Amino acid sequence: MTAPLLRGPFRYVGHKRRVREDRRFVTGAGRYAADLALPGTLHVVPVLSEHPAARLLAIDTEAALALPGVRAVLTGAALAAAIDPLMNGAHTPAVRRYPLAVGRVRYVGEWVAAVIAESRAIAEDARELVRVDYEPTPFVLDGETAMRPEAPLVHPDHGSNVLLDRRFVWGPVDDLFREAAHRLAYRLAWGRSSTVPLETFAVTARWDEAQETLDVWASIQMPKFPDQIARALRLPGNAVRVHYDVDVGGSYGVKRGIKHAVLVGFLARHLAAPVRLVEDRLENMTGGDMQGPERVFDVELAFDADARIRAMRMRALDNVGAYAGRSPFQLGKPIGAIVGPYRIEAVAYHALAVVTHKTPEEAVCGFGQAPTNYAIETGIDRVAASLGLDRIEVRRRNFIRAAQFPYLIPSGTRYDSGDYHGLLDKLLRAAERACSSGADIFAERERLRAAGQLAGIGIASCLEPSGGNSAFEPLLNEHNRTTTWMESCRVMVDALGAVTATMHTTSAGQAHETLVAVAIAEILEIPPERIRVVRPDSLAALPSNSPVGSRMAIMLGGAAVGVARKLKDKLLAIAAHDLAVPMADLRYREGDISAPDGRALAWLDLVAIAHREFFRMPQGMEPGLAASAVYQVPTGGALPVDGRVQMYPCHSFELHLVLVAIDPVLGRPELRRYLIGHDCGQVISPDVVRGMTLGGIAHGIGAALLEEFSYDPATGQPTAVSFMDYLLPGAAEVPEVEIVHQTTPSPLTVFGQKGSGESGYLGAAAAIASAVNDALAPLALRIDRLPIRPADLSDLIAAAAIRTQERP
Amino acid sequence: MTTLPLEVNGRAWLVEVEDRASLLDCLRDVLGLHGTHAGCEHGVCGTCTILLDGAPVRACLMLAAQADGHAITTIEGVAPRPGEMSLVQDAFCETHGLQCGYCTPGMVLTAEALLAANPAPSRAEIIAAISGNLCRCTGYGQIVEAIQLAAERRRGANIPAVETAP
Repeated sequence: MTAPLLRGPFRYVGHKRRVREDRRFVTGAGRYAADLALPGTLHVVPVLSEHPAARLLAIDTEAALALPGVRAVLTGAALAAAIDPLMNGAHTPAVRRYPLAVGRVRYVGEWVAAVIAESRAIAEDARELVRVDYEPTPFVLDGETAMRPEAPLVHPDHGSNVLLDRRFVWGPVDDLFREAAHRLAYRLAWGRSSTVPLETFAVTARWDEAQETLDVWASIQMPKFPDQIARALRLPGNAVRVHYDVDVGGSYGVKRGIKHAVLVGFLARHLAAPVRLVEDRLENMTGGDMQGPERVFDVELAFDADARIRAMRMRALDNVGAYAGRSPFQLGKPIGAIVGPYRIEAVAYHALAVVTHKTPEEAVCGFGQAPTNYAIETGIDRVAASLGLDRIEVRRRNFIRAAQFPYLIPSGTRYDSGDYHGLLDKLLRAAERACSSGADIFAERERLRAAGQLAGIGIASCLEPSGGNSAFEPLLNEHNRTTTWMESCRVMVDALGAVTATMHTTSAGQAHETLVAVAIAEILEIPPERIRVVRPDSLAALPSNSPVGSRMAIMLGGAAVGVARKLKDKLLAIAAHDLAVPMADLRYREGDISAPDGRALAWLDLVAIAHREFFRMPQGMEPGLAASAVYQVPTGGALPVDGRVQMYPCHSFELHLVLVAIDPVLGRPELRRYLIGHDCGQVISPDVVRGMTLGGIAHGIGAALLEEFSYDPATGQPTAVSFMDYLLPGAAEVPEVEIVHQTTPSPLTVFGQKGSGESGYLGAAAAIASAVNDALAPLALRIDRLPIRPADLSDLIAAAAIRTQERP
Repeated sequence: MTTLPLEVNGRAWLVEVEDRASLLDCLRDVLGLHGTHAGCEHGVCGTCTILLDGAPVRACLMLAAQADGHAITTIEGVAPRPGEMSLVQDAFCETHGLQCGYCTPGMVLTAEALLAANPAPSRAEIIAAISGNLCRCTGYGQIVEAIQLAAERRRGANIPAVETAP
């Protein structure tokens, strides 16, 4: 069944309106997981591994247990005997992962034991008294090195350090490489960074012995979270109640916390008390298991003399750290936009995920798409440079044209809609307007260069696949046949006529309550303020897959529209029966229904019939006014065929244009002007989309210039474990951003909306790298590794200057 | 344990805390004022910002005992009356100068202190004022706009330019 599409003008969709969640946050009334204070709560702190790789010989807990206020010390061996391993993404049954290390440790910060005490302070004191006897073993930190036969094995039972090794060939790659006039190859590295929310991971669990239920309050953004807890703890699914009315203090992909919740759930049951674990920053940065993709690309492009790119070969190697989790799938999602916005005819893709003795990776904003966009965009710049053509012109020549949509890319995804040339023209018009110095962006670059600075303009044009499904799971793991990835909404009109809607997951600042209210309001034609939005717990919830993959505007919005339409249809059926008029002849307006002869039923009349006057109801209709809808991802559902699959349904488009100035002595890139062209279809909440776009750019600035989970190669110790050495962009590091909007509706969604939750992040780093390399081009230098450090830049520039002087 | 007199949001309290308790833990765990959030707990992120005699201070970096004799304002004490919002809080709502809300109490308090001292801050002055408060959601754009809007509204609201302690 295809629901009718609406294309405006809209009453509420797309209009400026306050975000309903904001009021509780500005008054300090948000309810975060760490704010829950149940009487008698016990506190857990993990004992952290000091070694990147070691055998665990013995753990002496005696002194810790003797400290007053300490209730228990749990070791990995005891826990592993009582629970099942955590779920893996890839099919790697010998890579077993438990909340606490069993037998050996595999990274610095890994949880070795858990200390439980009456206060966090006592637990921390006791942690110092736990004696762990380690026998250090050889370790490996680098992904390429880990694949060599002589490398120490992170999981000896697995027999290798390779978790995933898949090759795909989509189209006549070799033929096109033979035919093409030109070829080039390059290697790039995206450094290990993450989105690092300001709230660390927090969870409280309480076991109710009389009801045999486990209540969990956690700061999560995790699909199938209750199921995973239940499986690991060997509980029936209906014994785990996850509370979704918990505000999450930022996530951007990483708030998974499954090991935290399983540990705390186990302890709550066995200690018969509420138990909580709230990470401190050190625990979060080392053993929080939330680091992002660390990826090395080897790319080859085949292209013609007119700069048309014909084919690409890409090898992507992810160093996923010590355990599997969902991180190998971050190599899978980019398959759905593997050619970016370009008409590349054939692609060979080699995806490798390798374990090392670093902190495990988790899903990070974009789920692997941002690094891949960086690799593709770098290639476009290189093609332009090799032919002596303008980078923007090369993009123009390769863009998919508006008339070609829906557009099938070689790897099996059909892009829904787009007008890339249109947005490029709009962006350039904005860029040609003068900035504060009186020059347009191009003249400003020349002015800076004339003044002795290095200056460059960067461009990135990339896609934000949205409406997240799980198509990469069966594509990369044949044992996984999950293609259902739904979102749900329920709506109830009470006997007084007030409307309450539900959503069934937590949020981390994406304003989903506002989204649900606006979507339902648009269909029911009533003000959003009249609709309350609540979050039942997981035992009262309809299915949800949580806000991953820029999916909620599409998926929760789709479910909300679906349920509002069901409700409206019910109101019309009641009115048709009561007024004895065919439904098609009735007119629905702002909740009231009128017949052609002028007779009408107001909202409250309809509510009275449904709730109190059964004798007026159509025969066979349920009393009351409630409906629910479960919405499957548009286009989703098919298993892969020949390594091809429809990945996400909708494709937002963004174009970044940035001017960077670099002082040649200091080597510190400064962002002087930043423009983004943005097209996410029909916008639902303009302030929300704008905020996410700007926030994503800030994350991209961090990934490009500041943030890296670095490790000491000699010792395997992490060297960025606090905010003094892992640098987050502050207000002074993020420039004012000019946004240029375009609206190309998706034909797959009711309002024409696409996703925007990851926008900004997906292209910002690529654009900044492009700008830095444009600035370095006059010196014949380039940098192909992120983050770009001032020290590296100033060294490169100084070395180039010395070479120039030495030349006769 | 120490019994400590504290002045928080205009009210006098006697709190029992461990000598080593930080002001942040005292506010959250003893007084139940959960609007002050822990971020890094080493003084970088500004999430736990409170006002100490009107000046922004990191509650994670001071002991509760050090607050004896000083007036503390937390986010719960910013609104003029229950159920209302200050001009700054309202401006943050108007521009959507937040997303997840976790850094927001610290941002709002920092902005309150800025505007109390400087009713017409330039963009550069706003950025300097919030440069010690990290936000991971917004990229700061709508936060700066919120403070600009609050400044403008405040100037029209007949509030004394500089609030001096009695």
